[in-house]
Amino acid sequence: MGVKIVVEVNGTAQSHEVEARTLLVQYLRDVVGLHGTNIGCDTSSCGACTVLLDGESVKSCTVLAAQADGRSVTTIEGLAEPDGTLHPVQSAFREHHALQCGYCTPGMVMAVVSLLKENPSPTESEVRLGLEGNLCRCTGYHNIVKAVLAVGATAGATAGATAGAGAAAEAGR
Amino acid sequence: MIPAAFEYRRVGSVAEAIAALSADEDAKLLAGGHSLLPLMKLRLAVPSLLIDLGGVPSLSYVRDGGDHLAIGALTRHCDVERSDLVRRSAPLLAYVAGQVGDPQVRHRGTIGGSIAHGDPASDLPAAVLALEATLVVEGPDGERTIPAGELFLGFLETSLRPGEVLTEIRVPRSPGGWSFQKFNRRAQDWAIVGAVIATAPSGRPNVALVNMAATPVRAAATESALAAGAGTEEAARLAADGLEPPSDLNASPEYRRHLASVLVRRGLEEAAARDGAA
Amino acid sequence: MSILGNRVLRVEDPKLLTAGGTYVDDVELPGAVELCYVRSPHAHAGVVSIDTEAARRAPGVLDVLTAADLALAPIVQHLPGIPAEMARPFLAGDRVRFVGEAVAVVLAETRAEAADGAALVEVEYDPLPAVVALEHAASGETLLFPAAGSNVAARIAPAPAPSSAPGAAAPGAEGSIFDDCEVVVSERFVNQRLAPCPLEVRAAAAVLGEDGRLTHWSTSQTPFAVRQALAGALGVEEGKIRVIAPDVGGGFGAKNGDYPDELLVGVLAHRLGRPVRWCETRSESMLALGHGRAQQQTITLGGSRDGRLRAYRLEVVQDCGAYPLLASFLPHLTRAMASGTYDIERVEFESVSLVTTTAPVVAYRGAGRPEAAAAIERAVDRFAAEIGMDPAELRRRNLVGPQRFPFENPTGTVYDCGDYAAALERLLEASDYDSIRAEQAARRSCGETVELGIGLAVYVEITGAADLGGEWSAVEMLPDGTAVVRTGTSAHGQGHATAWSMLVSDALGIPIDAVRFVQSDTDLVARGVGTFGSRSLQTGGVAARQAAERVVELARELAGELLEADPADLVVDPGGGGIGVVGTPTARRSWAELAAAAAERGTPLRAEVDFTPPGGTFPFGAHLAVVEVDTETGGVRLVRLVAVDDAGRILNPLLADGQVHGGLAQGVAQALLEEFVYDAEGNPLTTTLADYLFVTAAELPSFESLRMETPTPRNPLGAKGIGESGTIGSTVAVQNAVVDALAGRGVRHLDMPLSPERVWQSLAATG
Repeated sequence: MGVKIVVEVNGTAQSHEVEARTLLVQYLRDVVGLHGTNIGCDTSSCGACTVLLDGESVKSCTVLAAQADGRSVTTIEGLAEPDGTLHPVQSAFREHHALQCGYCTPGMVMAVVSLLKENPSPTESEVRLGLEGNLCRCTGYHNIVKAVLAVGATAGATAGATAGAGAAAEAGR
Repeated sequence: MIPAAFEYRRVGSVAEAIAALSADEDAKLLAGGHSLLPLMKLRLAVPSLLIDLGGVPSLSYVRDGGDHLAIGALTRHCDVERSDLVRRSAPLLAYVAGQVGDPQVRHRGTIGGSIAHGDPASDLPAAVLALEATLVVEGPDGERTIPAGELFLGFLETSLRPGEVLTEIRVPRSPGGWSFQKFNRRAQDWAIVGAVIATAPSGRPNVALVNMAATPVRAAATESALAAGAGTEEAARLAADGLEPPSDLNASPEYRRHLASVLVRRGLEEAAARDGAA
Repeated sequence: MSILGNRVLRVEDPKLLTAGGTYVDDVELPGAVELCYVRSPHAHAGVVSIDTEAARRAPGVLDVLTAADLALAPIVQHLPGIPAEMARPFLAGDRVRFVGEAVAVVLAETRAEAADGAALVEVEYDPLPAVVALEHAASGETLLFPAAGSNVAARIAPAPAPSSAPGAAAPGAEGSIFDDCEVVVSERFVNQRLAPCPLEVRAAAAVLGEDGRLTHWSTSQTPFAVRQALAGALGVEEGKIRVIAPDVGGGFGAKNGDYPDELLVGVLAHRLGRPVRWCETRSESMLALGHGRAQQQTITLGGSRDGRLRAYRLEVVQDCGAYPLLASFLPHLTRAMASGTYDIERVEFESVSLVTTTAPVVAYRGAGRPEAAAAIERAVDRFAAEIGMDPAELRRRNLVGPQRFPFENPTGTVYDCGDYAAALERLLEASDYDSIRAEQAARRSCGETVELGIGLAVYVEITGAADLGGEWSAVEMLPDGTAVVRTGTSAHGQGHATAWSMLVSDALGIPIDAVRFVQSDTDLVARGVGTFGSRSLQTGGVAARQAAERVVELARELAGELLEADPADLVVDPGGGGIGVVGTPTARRSWAELAAAAAERGTPLRAEVDFTPPGGTFPFGAHLAVVEVDTETGGVRLVRLVAVDDAGRILNPLLADGQVHGGLAQGVAQALLEEFVYDAEGNPLTTTLADYLFVTAAELPSFESLRMETPTPRNPLGAKGIGESGTIGSTVAVQNAVVDALAGRGVRHLDMPLSPERVWQSLAATG
């Protein structure tokens, strides 16, 4: 029995009829044809399948495609700018060697994007706890944490600079 | 990884959900899906019909109910965690919600789903026990309320009747000290043992335990000892009295009993410190 | 200035970060038949009957095959001495030997239909006694392979040491190697079974081309071995098969081997003439991908009361699981470095490898060497505790000195080079060892419930042993001015595309992005062994470098002719300009011109090299762990992990550090969290990533990693392997730290994983 769904995937409306049991990750991979999102387990433990659903990280292996009807999904393929400019998290992952085999990477990056949206300048402990749902076997997480902290520091510096500029403007009045 | 085939129906109202649920005894309600879908993927749960509550937006809210806080059953863990109202009126609940699973789970999982599933290893069921929450359910015979203490009957078994849908959780304002001591080996895991301390309307500490019995459970012996004037250490030692904790790879019953005492003591101390600070 | 030795960002990353890799299950194969295996729920049972009727009638199911339908000979392992009777069948025939062994395979139009069909296959089993405990396996009471006559897959008999009487005398007995020892400690250790858990599970896809050639995509670390195994199973020449390992999501040793469920994909695609694909689930992978470690060790260490170690004996019982694969061989590696970094005169080793009704054990990060390091490093700590000496001081007094290299240890292994004492001192200084000890004492004196523990390990390991073969590489300069480097190794996360490109770019003076890297495709690479055992840079990397250097020689000859110059006066322009006369910028030919000229002459600028090192290399280092142990709950928190690692000359510190970090995390994971558990009936209890405690970021601190560089003389790059060092030192350092924390409370040894309950029990036991 098919379920008709309309899902916005990386900014493009997708309309399909899927089997009810189709998981969002299977829909993205097998129906939409976006293979960037990976499957690493069957117990919602590893986070390899993490995508953004309406801007928040979810494990797409634990969401039915039908539950995504009418909502928007962002995958790793939709993260960089259309002109190819990397998202700051993608750049930081490269700069800090936060990936090796790359299998956890799409899910890890999406989890980080969501984490930083909720907490733009996290502490190391907040980063580590914030990534508790994403497993990586290669990096020991060391460089992943470094990359996230680096993006957070930049965000903090920007926020600080803005605040500083505001204060200066106020003082000038 | 692939669930057995099932029918899927997205409902727009609680009434529609009740009707669908009443018509098919193998039907299951689907909220965030984070208790049910993992079981279905391993084919440990094989429902005939999933009734998706995702289209019932009116069930996601946090409201000031005067002497209590009213939380819609479909409110997600992350929303409970972040809600200023919950943080002010029932900080314990906000904290516990933030300890459930991992961020992705908290973006999907709902307070109602977690409580209705009644898993003794889950954090929120024990929290509502300690907080003396009241659960509002709607069913074929209308609306009724269930005190949290009467909800959990057995392993994954609740007093919800066939066709009933949990719609709201009412949490008494709990301004006193509180604590949640969750002991596990990895942050993402369920608690090996957890101890929830909340201040009861009476002003005395309520103590509930995670993963210490077939259901979420109150540490009755500790509570009575405290009521009778026992000291923290002495009362905490009784935490597992009368309980038959489960045995699994992470802990024997004996070890769980020991952990319960340690965690309850630490929880009572932290709650008292918070109370003093407040 | 050479790019070698610099921190160069990876060329692999842009695609992995924007589109994700192309892993086997991402390969497009329209119209493919999907496979799903029916796996045994019994550890040991006779297979009475298999009823496939209901499955065959299920929607989308095309066929259901059993061992009888396949008629394939079992897979022969290329390891010496394994009884032929223990060869592994493609599908279990009349007997299953572990939970998860495949008994039938369902072929269907979709993956979901294959899974539905598999659920309908009815297998009748006649249960047999499970063999889980190694004592039970050794007793021979229940035989997995009655025709073999015993459960012994392999054995290493104790070599009669020159200074001791023949035969294995008990410690302290007449003529034993411990005769002159004032102090002898003995202990039994369990080096527990682990699940390797690469994040990508196994998958395979295959299609038979119109030309009759089979293309098989594999999640393998060794595509040439897969080709050989497939050719054997199909009875066709290897040239008729192309094996491609595209992006592979980690392997850690476990994706190195002939897996029947994977090979069957190629076999069935060949037979059906239709594309076939398969991807296991994680739950299946936990059962059917090989496991690691699984050794039981008995150590005896003797020496003098003033801290001179004299004699060491290590007895190993290796659990092979149901079929002897690489595990049967692992004790050889354990033996080769049994005495580790210490100068111990007399060493005895013996081992027996036994089959049990559990998943087969294979290589896992370190494969036999972490086990050796754990045994000796735990033994040294045990000895230090016995004589009341600081474990750092005991180590200091017994390390092999830097002037002793090449050093032949008592088991006959010749270490290339090293300075173990320097590594230890550097570690003690970097970690401020004395201060941590002072804090530990302070906590103890005021009776704090949270104890501090400090653990050390000074390790040596073996990488790139010559008996595993060399590697092939070819470099070719193309008329468009870019170079192609082909290699027989098969990276799956290590960053070889970057490393090899650096080696070639440096030799040819061209930008790194002008090098194209080709690996893991048996049609595009002439031959290869693969990537495992930290061997790649010192074999394949050296071959690539030498091939590039030969291309330079060819190009100089050619340029000499074209420029009418003496080739001896010609040099590579490091700015990418090609080859020219020293100091005369106009007298130069670009790489594009040279390649075009060479092509015109029919002699492309191409060179191939097979490089086989004269022997293995011996990376070493020293690791220190600091833990907090909550004596009320038994909970352990790793506070610091400091690592000094020496892998010879480092090509790219970015990559080397990454390897170390990953290794450290896996070491911590073994010490504190992970264990694959079977109950007494052989039922696996840790079959998902919710039950198997794969370490997460939240359980780890940031690491403090320091480097030493002692170049090896055994290859021209001076490089040793760095893939496994992190695991080899850290595992036992963390274990030692936990025991150290509890030493004041009477605890002398604890096996891994150091679970809170195990820690709590030990405290309850010592009161």
